[in-house]
Amino acid sequence: MMKILLSVLLFASTSAWAADSSAPKLDIGKGGQCVEDTQWMRKNHMHLLKHQRDETLRKGIRDEKVSLKNCIECHASTKDDSVIARDDSFCVGCHRYEAVKVDCFECHSGTRKSAWLQQRNAK
Amino acid sequence: MSEIDTQRRNFLKTSVGAAAVAIAPGIMLFDIAHGKPEGASSKVRWGMLIDTAQCKTGCNECVTACNKENGLSGGTAATDSQWIRKIEIKDISNGRELSLPMMCQHCEHPPCVDVCPTNASMKRADGIVLVDKHRCIGCRYCMMACPYKARSFVHEPLHDQNPDVPRGKGTVESCTLCVHRVDEGRQPACVESCPNKAILFGDLNDANSEIAVKVRAVASVQIRADLHLNPGVRYQGI
Repeated sequence: MMKILLSVLLFASTSAWAADSSAPKLDIGKGGQCVEDTQWMRKNHMHLLKHQRDETLRKGIRDEKVSLKNCIECHASTKDDSVIARDDSFCVGCHRYEAVKVDCFECHSGTRKSAWLQQRNAK
Repeated sequence: MSEIDTQRRNFLKTSVGAAAVAIAPGIMLFDIAHGKPEGASSKVRWGMLIDTAQCKTGCNECVTACNKENGLSGGTAATDSQWIRKIEIKDISNGRELSLPMMCQHCEHPPCVDVCPTNASMKRADGIVLVDKHRCIGCRYCMMACPYKARSFVHEPLHDQNPDVPRGKGTVESCTLCVHRVDEGRQPACVESCPNKAILFGDLNDANSEIAVKVRAVASVQIRADLHLNPGVRYQGI
């Protein structure tokens, strides 16, 4: 019974989100799909990131496919190389819409690494 | 001590995954969350051998390189992060002077890991001592426990960090042995920058590595060896 209820809830919430015309318009950068489809990622990206951060830091397992750095590499804006710089940036757009605070970037860089390196070397 | 019990996590993972199959056939939750099987190996023990005879008084290249690599300000005030320092020592009985770099010694039995209340301070399987900033609450017990004064606390908000080196306000940090470089098979920034090649980096467990050969051949000491922490950083000529 709980499973049915849960599935109805999940289905309702995700389909409502997808159909909502007021949903945020994001600058997805280069975009593309390398992990899972968009709806799945909207719902579950935080679990992947949270799992991977422990694997990477504590065990040294650097899986490129689900690393935050690689997410940023593709999804940072092609204009400003960032996932957090503007209101419609890849991370900020949804997180602001859903009113969920994103803590990652208090420590992590929200800039594409290649662009960051270029900037540093230019200094 | 530093290992997190993954039993409960594994259990949750599988049960949630099973639920996901029931909810939406064809979608396996967490199926792809497993990374590459190889991570840091306990067969490796990263270490350094510092030849104080080659370390020149007044030279600060290693410190500058560390600051640049890890995005440190380079300030030396009490509230500035310093991951590596140059230290000048003098034997007052005969006036012999030495200069040497001092940083996290990556102990085998790190006191910072022992005292950490949240298990944030941890030792990787390959001997690199790190702070898991996801867990660090900034209590600074580890800073008090460290006999080498190797750790710093971040007092101010930071911006524009190196994508390879996340750092943030309210957490403790220290030399990571440039873990992001080591995992790529490169040398730490300080080692690369030393004009006199005074710092030798390598795997102490590999009998054929340059560092292991040299440690066998020349006399070297660990600083505060009396504490039996077995640091991975050794000094030659003290």
